[in-house]
Amino acid sequence: MNLALPFALLKNSYPQKISDLRNTFAGKQLILLLAFVLLSPLSWAKEAAPVAEDPVLERRMIALSEDLRCLVCQNESLAGSRADFANDLRREIREQMQANKSDREIIDFLVARYGDFVLYRPPVKPATYLLWGGPFAFLLTGAGILFFYLKRRRKQVEEPPLTEEQHRHAEALLKEDKGNNA
Amino acid sequence: MTRFLLPLAAFIVLVGFLAVGLNLKPREVPSPLIGKPAPVFQSQLLHEPERMLASQDNLGKVWLLNVWASWCVSCREEHPLLVELARSGIVPIYGLNYKDKRDLALQWLNQYGDPYTVSVVDPEGRIGIDYGVYGVPETYVIDKNGVIRHKQIGPVTVESLEKKILPLIKELQG
Repeated sequence: MNLALPFALLKNSYPQKISDLRNTFAGKQLILLLAFVLLSPLSWAKEAAPVAEDPVLERRMIALSEDLRCLVCQNESLAGSRADFANDLRREIREQMQANKSDREIIDFLVARYGDFVLYRPPVKPATYLLWGGPFAFLLTGAGILFFYLKRRRKQVEEPPLTEEQHRHAEALLKEDKGNNA
Repeated sequence: MTRFLLPLAAFIVLVGFLAVGLNLKPREVPSPLIGKPAPVFQSQLLHEPERMLASQDNLGKVWLLNVWASWCVSCREEHPLLVELARSGIVPIYGLNYKDKRDLALQWLNQYGDPYTVSVVDPEGRIGIDYGVYGVPETYVIDKNGVIRHKQIGPVTVESLEKKILPLIKELQG
């Protein structure tokens, strides 16, 4: 804004009262200037601009990249990492989403370049059978061992029933004992 | 006796697993691109921006694609080896100047020597994404049919050169 003009005019016609201001050309310009200066901060005050142009797409991008590993900082997801590399890949994902690629296609694109390692959820395939099935195999083995162990122990704990002769012997001992105490 | 043998066997197996696990290098993620055609690119030359190089121009020869940048510290480590390799004339080395600024890159080559037949620029890292680059430096061995045969992650060393890269180049050129 060019301030020289209103101020130069103002110099030539010093207004004595506020009301004079409204009547002179320079005064009108000054009021207009003040109005601009005072009002402009209000016009700046608006809602914070969204980080991305398209918040829906951004959410979709974040949701997808949360399941992807950043290869530079390997314990972080692509969504959470601040590495330059993660930034580039997020840009790539965003662009592919804008080009109407499906999540599946984007994941395939990344796996073709970086391997299954980018996936936090590895696919089930022969190389990962042990990974996916291992815990269950351990569980089954443990349950099997426990089952047979308990079965064997019960056999040891369980007393065989007394034979006729043992019965008689026991009775005799009990009688004897009673006799002594009486 | 079996009471002790069984836990001992389990312990040895566990130690075996841990020993293997400790010796793996999690930073070296095997590239799925090995054995696959090298991604096609076409980009400006670092020295002559008005000229372009397309990856198909290199069909019919074995070549190295070395990803480098002036901001990359470990590139400095491997650089003397690359200069020496280029001087030997065994194999042409093409540079991919990754996410760099032209003036800084040129200055860097002036300072440390330029082993590259030519370097192409990839200021936004897009060619890098196609090649699965995630750390610089990386070096790819590409055969006469344009197929990636080996990827060196991290700086080229005397050991990796002698044990893997040079024998592979010899085999591919033969």
